[in-house]
Amino acid sequence: MRFAFAEFKEGMLIAFAAIRANKMRSVLTTLGIVIGIVSVTLMGTAIEGLNRAFNKSIAAIGADVLYVQKWPWGGGQDWWKIRNRRDLIIQQARAIERQATTTRSVSPVIGTQRPVKYGRQVVQNVVVVGTNANFVETTGTNVDLGRFYTAAESDGGRPVCVLGADVASNLFPNENPLGKTVKVGAGAYRVVGVLEKQGSLLGMESLDNRVYVPINRFFHEFMSRRGGIQIWVRAQSITDLDETKEEVRGILRKVRHLSPSQEDDFAINQQDILIQTFNQIGAVIAAVGLFITGLALFVGGIGIMNIMFVSVTERTREIGIRKAIGAPRRTILMQFLLESAALCLIGGIIGIIIAFPLSLIIDQVLPTAMPLSVVGIALLVSVFVGVISGFLPAYRASRLDPVDALRYE
Amino acid sequence: MSTIIRLANITKLYQMGEEQVHALQGVSLEIMQNEYVAIMGPSGSGKSTMMNIIGCLDTPTSGLYELNNTNVSEMNDNQLARIRNKEIGFVFQTFNLLARSDVLHNVELPLIYGGINVTERRRMAMESIERVGLSERMHHKPNELSGGQRQRVAVARALVTRPSILLADEPTGNLDTKTGEEIMQLFDALHREGNTIILVTHEEDIAAHAHRMIRLRDGRVERDEPVMNRRTYGASSVAASA
Repeated sequence: MRFAFAEFKEGMLIAFAAIRANKMRSVLTTLGIVIGIVSVTLMGTAIEGLNRAFNKSIAAIGADVLYVQKWPWGGGQDWWKIRNRRDLIIQQARAIERQATTTRSVSPVIGTQRPVKYGRQVVQNVVVVGTNANFVETTGTNVDLGRFYTAAESDGGRPVCVLGADVASNLFPNENPLGKTVKVGAGAYRVVGVLEKQGSLLGMESLDNRVYVPINRFFHEFMSRRGGIQIWVRAQSITDLDETKEEVRGILRKVRHLSPSQEDDFAINQQDILIQTFNQIGAVIAAVGLFITGLALFVGGIGIMNIMFVSVTERTREIGIRKAIGAPRRTILMQFLLESAALCLIGGIIGIIIAFPLSLIIDQVLPTAMPLSVVGIALLVSVFVGVISGFLPAYRASRLDPVDALRYE
Repeated sequence: MSTIIRLANITKLYQMGEEQVHALQGVSLEIMQNEYVAIMGPSGSGKSTMMNIIGCLDTPTSGLYELNNTNVSEMNDNQLARIRNKEIGFVFQTFNLLARSDVLHNVELPLIYGGINVTERRRMAMESIERVGLSERMHHKPNELSGGQRQRVAVARALVTRPSILLADEPTGNLDTKTGEEIMQLFDALHREGNTIILVTHEEDIAAHAHRMIRLRDGRVERDEPVMNRRTYGASSVAASA
């Protein structure tokens, strides 16, 4: 042990002496590793940021909400069978509302697309959502201006509407929309409120380009038959979500007259399915990103290997001397491995010093911080690259014939 | 006096491109403890090969080499490294010191490879440096020393492990006559202190310091005889014929 330590110390001394003796060369060689470590750590930081951003928007759309639909999220089942399922209808939503004890609020939801007009202003392709007065409670959205329509207005199918933030700002650039009458498709609706801006769900679909109308009005105005709705159920607490799910399932099976031997002919979706899907996509993004940035590190490693070969050749005579006075192969091997590992470690440290302020720039776009684990891994990786790329030159050095090495000029 | 080196019918064959070169063609000899031997011969006589084999830097193609009654002719690289570390002290024509290390570290190096702990190592190295008279220069780098001083450092390094043999290859080849003579006086003194010394040289003047002279020619021992006109410490020429 003592022996190994003295040798290790000797190796370290030689390594740093050699790096110091060739400052310019060491700096240039290390540059490859610096660039590699900077890109890998920044990629790691960006991936971390992406995950955090996703989790934040998931939280925003409600992890405690169950989405009862005909179609399951994520797919994978028999398309034709699902296509032929009976629709969910509004009476079933009412049944859940009446019977369930673990729900906070229930909203039937249905949607279509219509242009919305006010005077000469038109917004095309607005998603018209028919729902009940509980909608703000169910989804946890806030009303920015005015109010949401009441239960009485909703049940009575009154011609009132609540605008999404984008629709409101497009139709009423300079006016207060409250009390004004807009045309949704063919019907006229009085604006009673405007919702707070919600942003888009991971850039897929804007939640602000919407108009909300009472669901009874919706059937009357936009669809001839009563059917084909979704039922959104918010649980009392997120920890008991599974319990709520079972309760909703039981009620629906009863009101849809399913016998115990029959399968569910509806799907209860929840955010974790979305999370799973995202995690799969996220893993692919991470793998591809790290692979590409890893190439930079690989190129850096080749640079190290190249310069280590030069270093071994330059010091052939020194290797000969050391062998003549009794250095075994292992010692020579370790000496050069230490040198290349030290070179890469210095590169890794410089890389992290450079990457840290850059990660603060990423923080402007994605909510992130360079995780400590990334710093640790980056340093480990740089040492690893050093050992790998130093191995071949070090091995060659250790195999040199002492007679030839001593004769080398 | 016990036998330190025993060579029996040593041959060495080199492959030089197409043709084979017989550097040594059956050399047999014995060297006893505390002998002072010069190996001489013109270039191409095989004396470098002989030195490499005796110094365990190289192995013979055939034949037996016993160093301290241990057969070293069939050892592998790492075993040979260990033997070189413990048993052999090299002094080279070109000094072969580590340029970036100071005198103390150069002399300590064989002890580091030998696994001697730091306090013991320091003590042995300082003792060895003192023996060659360089205590004042302990922390100088080789390029701050004269040629003679550098060769003294090399001698100190060779001595530090208390090896069985001191093997000097043209130790005065890169020195002027006066400095060379000083180095040879150091070897003479080390011999009187009980060390076994083997000089490899082509200079008669240098070889004349030894007590026994082995002449090689064409890979064979041509002559092996006591030195008649020995040069010793303090006198340029002293009749030593008994």
